[in-house]
Amino acid sequence: MKTLHKITLFLLVSSTVIGLFVWFAHAGTFDVLQAKGLVAQEESSLIFYVVTLLLIVAIPVFGLAIFFAWHYRARNTKAVYMPNWEHSNIDELVWWAIPIEIILVLGALTWISTHELDPHRSLAIKGTPLQVQVVALNWKWLFIYPEYGIGSVNLLEFPVGKQVNFGITSDAPMNSFWIPQLGGQIYAMTGMVTSLHLVADTVGSYNGVSANYSGDGFAKMKFTAKAVSQSDFDAWVQEVRQSPYLLNTDTYPPLAAPAVANVIYYGSVDKDMFNSIVTKFVPLGSMQQMNTHQ
Amino acid sequence: MLGILTIQDFIHGPIETFGQLTVVGGALAVIALLFYFRRWKWLWNEWLTSLDPKKIGIMYIVLAIVMILRGGIDAMMMRGQQADLLGGGTDLLSPDHFAQIFTAHGVIMILFVAMPVVFGLINLIVPLQIGARDVAFPFLNATSLWLTISGAMLLNVSLVIGSFAATGWLAYPPLSELQYSPGVGVDYYIWSLQIAGIGSLISSVNFIATIIKMRAPGMTMMRMPIFCWTALNSMILVLFAFPILTVTLAMLSLDRTIGMHFFTTDLGGNAMMYVNLIWAWGHPEVYILMLPMFGVFSEIVPVFSQKKLFGYTSMVVATILITFLSYVVWVHHFFTMGAGADVNAFFGIATMAISIPTGVKIFNWLFTMFRGRITFSTPMLWFMGFVFTFTLGGMTGVMLAVPGIDFQLHNSLFLVAHFHNMVIGGVLFGFFAAFTYWFPKVTGFTLNERIGTWAFWMWILGFTLAFVPLYILGVMGMTRRLYNVDIMSQWHPLLVLAAIGAGTIGIALALQIIQVIVSIIQRKDHMTHDPWNGRTLEWLTPTPVPVYNFAVVPHVHGRDALWMIKQGSLQALHTYEDIELPKNTYLGLAIAACSFAFGFGMVWHMWWLSLLGIVCIPVVVIIRSFESEIDYIIPAREVETLDKKNI
Repeated sequence: MKTLHKITLFLLVSSTVIGLFVWFAHAGTFDVLQAKGLVAQEESSLIFYVVTLLLIVAIPVFGLAIFFAWHYRARNTKAVYMPNWEHSNIDELVWWAIPIEIILVLGALTWISTHELDPHRSLAIKGTPLQVQVVALNWKWLFIYPEYGIGSVNLLEFPVGKQVNFGITSDAPMNSFWIPQLGGQIYAMTGMVTSLHLVADTVGSYNGVSANYSGDGFAKMKFTAKAVSQSDFDAWVQEVRQSPYLLNTDTYPPLAAPAVANVIYYGSVDKDMFNSIVTKFVPLGSMQQMNTHQ
Repeated sequence: MLGILTIQDFIHGPIETFGQLTVVGGALAVIALLFYFRRWKWLWNEWLTSLDPKKIGIMYIVLAIVMILRGGIDAMMMRGQQADLLGGGTDLLSPDHFAQIFTAHGVIMILFVAMPVVFGLINLIVPLQIGARDVAFPFLNATSLWLTISGAMLLNVSLVIGSFAATGWLAYPPLSELQYSPGVGVDYYIWSLQIAGIGSLISSVNFIATIIKMRAPGMTMMRMPIFCWTALNSMILVLFAFPILTVTLAMLSLDRTIGMHFFTTDLGGNAMMYVNLIWAWGHPEVYILMLPMFGVFSEIVPVFSQKKLFGYTSMVVATILITFLSYVVWVHHFFTMGAGADVNAFFGIATMAISIPTGVKIFNWLFTMFRGRITFSTPMLWFMGFVFTFTLGGMTGVMLAVPGIDFQLHNSLFLVAHFHNMVIGGVLFGFFAAFTYWFPKVTGFTLNERIGTWAFWMWILGFTLAFVPLYILGVMGMTRRLYNVDIMSQWHPLLVLAAIGAGTIGIALALQIIQVIVSIIQRKDHMTHDPWNGRTLEWLTPTPVPVYNFAVVPHVHGRDALWMIKQGSLQALHTYEDIELPKNTYLGLAIAACSFAFGFGMVWHMWWLSLLGIVCIPVVVIIRSFESEIDYIIPAREVETLDKKNI
């Protein structure tokens, strides 16, 4: 093939590929970037900053690679040829210095953003937060509202604009609790409680998933995170309270048994339910020890 | 007698049965061919019992090629499943089978493709590049090959008898504990990794000793080819990282077989200890694979640019820095564990720091091309492909190293795309470059350039189609390891595109196989021994390389030792001497066979078999220690005759 034909073919194929990507992706929602909450917003703008910084290095690399490959091709005998040129202090200093400086900037950004976006940290929002206890089960999510004594499976409803404090554990293999449009994920682990603070800025229903493989039903382990107005939330709490189902030590085991589940409301949840799930793995003896330590 | 093995363990669904038949049929076909061509004796004397690193290297690479086909079929099945290949939402694979496949795909590609590739290349090339006649511990070296193969065989046996782990390639507990994985799958996983892992560990001892102690006269450390430097660093990583794997898997197997509680959910076990430990091995492992490929490119770029490597010292410093830093970044695999901000920020910044020496390497390669005379043979094409894919993968890697971003992209398809970007763009492209570059050193003829170029462009196209959609899907919030995706969802079109990409990669692989076959058919009788105008000592040897590598050990006076000889600044010496080489032995093979029996016994609770296997290993070692005549001597006169014939 002639060079011109090669270039034409390359341009045709690559523009087709790019066209395919744009066409197939244009209708989609980019959950991670289309943030509906403070945390997700900060995280998506962080993505933007970091990509910009990285392009400062990547674009010259791509440019140099193409230019050198083209200009110093063997057939171009007009180009300078220095077969023994192998070292230059100043040049090498330059390309040690460029990445070091970029990483210094990125490192500072990382240090600051990691502390700001620490999932343990309470958000700078006025008003009392809503407490929600989350239990990852095989293969469903249980949400307990300790202030209201109610619970629900696979549906998380909360008032818009109000900080939600999650305490997350698991009574199943390790899972990861993730609502992409509201903010980053955190693991759900047996015998431990991780915390996460999120808020929704807009009323709406958002996808919630498990992001860590936990067995056969994992693909179906989804929930809806529904941000509603305060009055709608109060009405919802009333509705859940009407539910005849109760969650206590007798009704918990069938719920925890491995199966995919639909939405269930629990009109009443035992006060100690969450703690007993967290501590059930601790042997009795060491439990007493823990108490004396405290 | 048979432990927990029953007839039920042989009976599977239609797709697994197809897999069973392929494995069994393949094995039978090989045996039949060996009988038909009466090659048993040849196989035994020339290959199975050989201690020659050149042959051991070839066997490692054959293993890698066999296993990449299985791993590749797994990948296509996963892509087919997610793209709803059968139509109408019918699943090709059940959730459990899908999980076994993604687990096997990861294990195979990392431990039984990439690792054999690394050890294969090091075996083939390092002794030649440092001007050595052999390795330091040839018996150990052969043993580690056979241990790797028996680990791979144990994994393949799981396709026929029983099932494989359905846990993901690192088998996180508690999912991998008896409570959630009561079958034999995880045991297959543990013992195939354990046996192959010990093989890798002892091999690293051999190569560290070889590189440090067996360099030709005048070959100081700072005159070694960069490939040897990266091989040395990679082997140091193996030496310190693989014991962690061994211990971690041993603890998991204690949990599973005798009811201990290291990582269980109850009685004081803590699964996050496992996650920490496995990544303390797993992260250095990435660099164990990557560093030698950096070395490969450092050999290829100067040769095809017809110019000295730019910034040799920088390259060495960068390699050592990467080696060190790779031990202090493991937590970036689980920022989402809930560690405090200080811990996460430290590991995030340490991770980014790795991009400094890596970036310097890329600049040095580019400035090796600067003011060179570049010919774009296929190895150089693979290098260009590497620069683009690897830089892109490095960028997304730094993104994921920022904890705040990782919270949003962890375990999504963005992450999957990122590490395929690194492993395919880095390790696999590096291997393809190395394979094409050194192929004539092993066989005496070069590979067909035309088909090679087509294969390269198919790979680039397939790679882009297969992985760019995954980046986009990750940002859309799609997690990894989903056996079923609704065809009405907005993810579906991109998954179809990714499946087309996987198919394109399949075509590229087929083209590469065709390339090898065509090249064999078209080869000329006259063997070429230095087709690329090489600069390092491996090209000094005739082809096929004699068993003793160098009739006369070269004296080295600088970097690019062969280049200096070619420039006429050196006189080749011609005083021959007696050469001592190790005799063949089947005992390495025997140790691996015992290990296989031990592993198989452990999986199926056939305790007598395990006991037999574990007792026989020290017995074989003792037998070996009583062998006094383990070397043979090629007299100087014979060396001279052989050498004259070669010239």
